[in-house]
Amino acid sequence: MTHDHHEHHHHEHGSELSEMQLRTRALESILLEKGYIEPAALDELVETYEKRIGPRNGAQVVAKAWADPEFRKWLFMDGTAAVGSLGFGGRSANHLVALENTPTVHNMVVCTLCSCYPWAVLGLPPLWYKSAPYRSRAVSDPRGVLRDFGIEMPKDTEIRIWDSTAELRYLVVPMRPEGTEGWSEEKLADLVTRDSMIGTGLAKRPEELK
Amino acid sequence: MTHDHDHDHDHHHDHDHSELTETQLRVRALETVLTEKGYVEPAALDAIVEAYETKIGPRNGARVVAKAWTDPAFKKALLEDATKAIGTLGHVSRVGDHLIAVENTPKQHNMIVCTLCSCYPWEMLGLPPIWYKAAPYRSRAVKDPRGVLADFGVTLPKDTDIRVWDSTAETRFLVLPMRPAGTEGWSEEQLAEIVTRDSMIGTGVPKAPEEKTK
Amino acid sequence: MNGVHDMGGMDGFGRVEVEQNEPAFHHEWEGRVMAMVRAMGANGGMNIDAQRFSRESLPPAVYLASSYYKKWFLALEQSMIDRDMIASDEIAAGHSLRQSPPLKRGTFSMDDVKRVMVRGSFGREPQAAAAFAIGDQVRTKNINPVTHTRLPRYARGHTGVIERINGCHVFPDSNAQGKGDNPQWLYTVVFSGRDLWGADTDPSLKVSIEAFEPYLERA
Repeated sequence: MTHDHHEHHHHEHGSELSEMQLRTRALESILLEKGYIEPAALDELVETYEKRIGPRNGAQVVAKAWADPEFRKWLFMDGTAAVGSLGFGGRSANHLVALENTPTVHNMVVCTLCSCYPWAVLGLPPLWYKSAPYRSRAVSDPRGVLRDFGIEMPKDTEIRIWDSTAELRYLVVPMRPEGTEGWSEEKLADLVTRDSMIGTGLAKRPEELK
Repeated sequence: MTHDHDHDHDHHHDHDHSELTETQLRVRALETVLTEKGYVEPAALDAIVEAYETKIGPRNGARVVAKAWTDPAFKKALLEDATKAIGTLGHVSRVGDHLIAVENTPKQHNMIVCTLCSCYPWEMLGLPPIWYKAAPYRSRAVKDPRGVLADFGVTLPKDTDIRVWDSTAETRFLVLPMRPAGTEGWSEEQLAEIVTRDSMIGTGVPKAPEEKTK
Repeated sequence: MNGVHDMGGMDGFGRVEVEQNEPAFHHEWEGRVMAMVRAMGANGGMNIDAQRFSRESLPPAVYLASSYYKKWFLALEQSMIDRDMIASDEIAAGHSLRQSPPLKRGTFSMDDVKRVMVRGSFGREPQAAAAFAIGDQVRTKNINPVTHTRLPRYARGHTGVIERINGCHVFPDSNAQGKGDNPQWLYTVVFSGRDLWGADTDPSLKVSIEAFEPYLERA
């Protein structure tokens, strides 16, 4: 990478950060003074996404699908309703579709155009999901992307990419790991990583749980 | 127009001066390294720069256009094989192979672009202007040429078709604009003076006879 | 490669901004860069296709934010580093710190200037008969190489007509990778604007590209 690229980056991290902080505060003050917002409401939104909505929601959905065949069937037939029944509703829980990973098909989700993501079950998307490398390469070189995540997919596994170009959101249901028979849903949920529900990872194996 | 209009970032205005000096220093450093390694002789670089600053420019193309306007046999030869035809002219600098001249008519207006980079008929027109090499032209010329012409203050009749040539290979294009009315009997030299660079790219038309005195 | 340099049809770049009486070089360093690029192209074995690919390969944000000659400069620096002709520590020091291999055609000197002021010929002897004739309907292939190509994205997978046959030329797609001339027939292929951009497009628009035979198949 050229010297120039690094320099540009340094400049961004230093003064641009405080610049953004100042400009954001300025805008928030203006909106407040115009009576457009109440700060407490903004705080509530921020806290909701920092603390309450996150991949644990999706992990619980997946764990239940692993443990409960009826729920599993329902989830794949009507993701919105099944997920809603667990209390994970609201924004972007409408039109939720669950995708089943099998030994022959591996699913991966991307939004090439921006950053569409199943917020209700996974929380806010990570930076890499919203960035150019993933958005550009997922649809043309998913095996290369999986390699970046340390995963080598078997040659005969079909890889299916879902580009979330509309309001439909996708949740990948990873394959249940071996050696988890009889586990409680709560313990199963511990195996379900965020990346495995996007399709850039696999569920943890029991050995990997601490 | 700001002198750094090819930058969009706001914050560049603040430290544009220091970024300029930085680039100047880096370029000098590279030239020094190349000289010390025996890769280049600075005088040779000087000669190239001087040629483009003072000797090669749209005047070459204008002469070719003026001749085509006055000499039907030359025009025919030009449209058939521009490289060969121009090669017969003693007073115009040698032109590389693969030059194609395309003729504007009331039915068809031609416009040249290189969407992928900046390919341009250097020997005829000199170095391309910034706008030709920049994103707005490269992106819009192939999709909305009438919109681009509007940016240049040019409106074509509705029944004139537009043909855009994307110079994706080493073939280079020179537009032969239409000769303005009211120039009957003019000498080649007089005609050359109203042929603008933009008219030979297709983003302009020749000056009107009244505008001849610059 | 499907880089940001491939801009035909992209939106959002704004108006064409024209500077009246624009000088050849806006800053002294621009002229030096242009001259050095010419010199290394002529004597340093960096063919034009490889040079173009090196600019296309700049990080997208850098490509879009850099002025024209800044792109040339950055790509030249990187190319020479990649070829072990110069090193980063030398650039930082502003001096040569060690001996480097000589150029294929020797030091670029005054004797070489005349040669570089006229573009070389890219025409080559045909390797086979041309596959297409004037008037043929052809379709551009949907190729997406990660290496250099001159088939823009907007023109892939579309049907057009052969308007001219421009002889055989060095094939950029392979030449950029140092794989030699590999001459291919070059055609002017013309498309209707509507076929490229959709039914709402100005019906009076036609767009042509210069297409190498490997880009084309019979429609």
